[in-house]
Order: sequence, then structure tokens, then C-alpha cells
Amino acid sequence: MAFQTDIIFKTLADPTRRAIFERLCRGDQTVTALTAGAGVSQPAVSKHLAALKLAGLVRGRHQGRETHYSAQPAALVPLTEWANKMSTFWEGRFDALEDLLKRMDQ
Amino acid sequence: MSEAADDIRSVIVERDIPHPPEKLWRALTQPHLIEEWLMKNDFDATPGHRFNLRGDWGGVLDCEVLEVEPNQRLSYSWNFAHDDPAFNLESVVTFTLTPTEAGTHLRMEQRGFRPEQKQASGGAKYGWRQFLDKLEQVVAQAG
Repeated sequence: MAFQTDIIFKTLADPTRRAIFERLCRGDQTVTALTAGAGVSQPAVSKHLAALKLAGLVRGRHQGRETHYSAQPAALVPLTEWANKMSTFWEGRFDALEDLLKRMDQ
Repeated sequence: MSEAADDIRSVIVERDIPHPPEKLWRALTQPHLIEEWLMKNDFDATPGHRFNLRGDWGGVLDCEVLEVEPNQRLSYSWNFAHDDPAFNLESVVTFTLTPTEAGTHLRMEQRGFRPEQKQASGGAKYGWRQFLDKLEQVVAQAG
């Protein structure tokens, strides 16, 4: 899981790639459509898409002569797991803190 | 505290505590009290003081006191060194105490990152925060 998290962070560390991913989160797109808004060449967009696919963040679906790419937001779950884990830890500590404060009254 | 744009992990836990800030402050800053709710420690409320938090599981956290504003604000670093970079953690924990009618509003924020991720995000500092905020929504929608 930690390995998967690293891959996702590394893949999304590139701002151009992140922008492509964010656009795909709003709806499926073809390479042509993505290139129009990316500010980089089509081969560069294809390269970013390949990296996103490798990280499991994007999936491609052939339709006619074009490939439609879609975001796989569920792949992001490992990123939020750390925060969930730490929240649980602190909630538990705060319970203990409240117990202590009650005892300090006596 | 400056807004570090590259910290890519943060967690906030808040709670209304029915006790005055002065009392809560004692529980946050006196070693024998800290031990009762958090971990064994050699804490001292002096900026620059280095101390350890020792967990029941055998883990030892390296910490340094960063900010001390009595009854209001306490922050210290919360670092965990591990041979496996996947378990490495560098973070800062900040407690903010706000008096309320019923006692104190306690806010704990832990902002952190793992060293190798700090490098990975090097050229792309701008945007991580907004991105992660959006991420939470995206993940929530994805169910």
C-alpha cells in the first residue's frame, strides 16, 4: 500500500500531468481534446496519459479510431488513508485527555 | 507559522472540552499529565527543547518544541525516523486553545510529509494544497 501511495504521489507531482488528471475527473476525453487544453504537444500528452495509466489513475477505452480516457478516482483512496489513520489516533488520545481532565477535578 | 505549500498531508481534529484553557494547558505541557493521555515523554515547554515521545508499541518519536504561547498555542515537531522510507514521517503538531462559554475549543492540526515526497513535489509546490482539498471531494464522490 505504501508503495502504491508513492507511485500516486510521484505521478501527480508533475503539474501538467495533474492538470490532465483533474480534467479527466470532470469527464472522459480523447487525446485530441486533452491536447487542445494542455498547452503541450500531443505526444507529450500521450506520455502523461501512459504514466497516469501505469499508476492506475486513468483508464483508456477504444471507441472507433479514438481512445477515450477516464479518471479512476477510487485509485486515490490510499492518499486519504494516512489522514484517516491519524484522525482516529488523535480522537482516541482526546478521549483519554478528557478522562484525565475529569480526574484532575477531584 | 508560515504556510508551507508543499506539505501534502495534514489532519485536523477539533473538540469542545468542558474545562478552562488554563487546566487544559497543564494537561498539554506537564510531562506526568502528557504521559496519561498521550505518551511517555521528557517534554518541557521551552522553544527549542528536544524531547521524545515513547509509544506503548516501542516506537520513539523525535520532537522539538517550536511555539509556546501559554494557554493559547503549542506546537512541536513530530518526527518518526525509520529505515524504510515508507514509514518515515516528518510533521508538525499544533494545538490551539480558544476559550468558549462552556470551556475550551481545542484544535489539533498535524501537517506533515515524508522526506522523499518533499523532493518529489519540489518543482510542483504550488497546487498541492488545493489539489488535496479537491481530492477529498473526489474520493468522497467515488464512494
